[in-house]
Amino acid sequence: MTSTPNTFATPRAAWKGGAREALGVPAAVLGSGYIGFGALAFDADFSLALTLFSTMTIWALPAQIALIELRALGTAAPALVLAVMLTSARFLPMAVVLLPLLRHPAYRRWHYYLAGHFVAMTGWAVAIRRCPMLPLEQRLPYFLGFTVALWLACLTGTVAGYFASGSLNELITLGLVFLNPVYFILLLGGEVRHRQGVLALLCGAFAGPLMHLLTPQWGLLAAGVIGGTVAYGVDRAWRKA
Amino acid sequence: MSTGLDLWLLVAACALATYAWRGAGVFVSGGLNPNSAMFSWLGCIAYATLAALISRIMFLPVGTLAQSALTDRLLAAALAAAVFLATGRNLFAGVFSGGAALLAITWLVRGG
Repeated sequence: MTSTPNTFATPRAAWKGGAREALGVPAAVLGSGYIGFGALAFDADFSLALTLFSTMTIWALPAQIALIELRALGTAAPALVLAVMLTSARFLPMAVVLLPLLRHPAYRRWHYYLAGHFVAMTGWAVAIRRCPMLPLEQRLPYFLGFTVALWLACLTGTVAGYFASGSLNELITLGLVFLNPVYFILLLGGEVRHRQGVLALLCGAFAGPLMHLLTPQWGLLAAGVIGGTVAYGVDRAWRKA
Repeated sequence: MSTGLDLWLLVAACALATYAWRGAGVFVSGGLNPNSAMFSWLGCIAYATLAALISRIMFLPVGTLAQSALTDRLLAAALAAAVFLATGRNLFAGVFSGGAALLAITWLVRGG
């Protein structure tokens, strides 16, 4: 499908190659999500600096959207941080799977902790597929090249969405803010195929509005924990049956 | 002005909470089985939380999105899914047609 080479000449070339691969479809797709996020942040009266700070440091679109949505609902800080944290729980097993692929004696411990910050869906999925094809010393530079380029593209998308939302009329803002739910409906609906994942999505989608009506403060947290646990239990029982 | 500082601290706390998973993953990588029951349960919770958030935004939105009608949002999402499938699962095309559809439907309903 693409003409990307399987390996690079040097680790430096791997870094550049990773960046080049990110600045195509991956940047356009995740960037469109971040345009929606920028618009949402403007709509929620976040300053541009704070909005960019959140993309730089959180670097997880679901967590960032949850932060803004829960704040708009007036959720207390502990419940908000906990719910935001739960949306990112998959990063733990994702890092556990990815990191052993990236190790090479040339790199220091802190390099891996830096790489850890860039563990997020898009870059992870590409690295899991590409890194086994690369020589060991090229993998970490490839992953960082890819994810840092993606990160910069999404910071640009964040700014674009922020200003588009602020300077155009409110109908356009409505369209931009709507990019967020559509992005995740298509992404999750299109990619999550295994039974356990589908069950978790259905349970969560059902519990979300329901728990919100019961307790706006703790609704997301409760829906995530209860919906996720029910899905896990049903999947287990299904497997045993 | 304390609300400004509060908000920065809140975002920083969310960043630390998110990095905690990543840092812990780097720390234990190699020593843990990524297919364990614990990780599988955490994965379910993460998916369910995200789905709960998106579903709540669709059915009970706050902010600007609350100015649109539920039927319009559902129709726009269905159009986005149709474009997504018709373009061979092009997420970019699907997402932007969803946004454009909601804009257009709302504009038409309001009578320009």
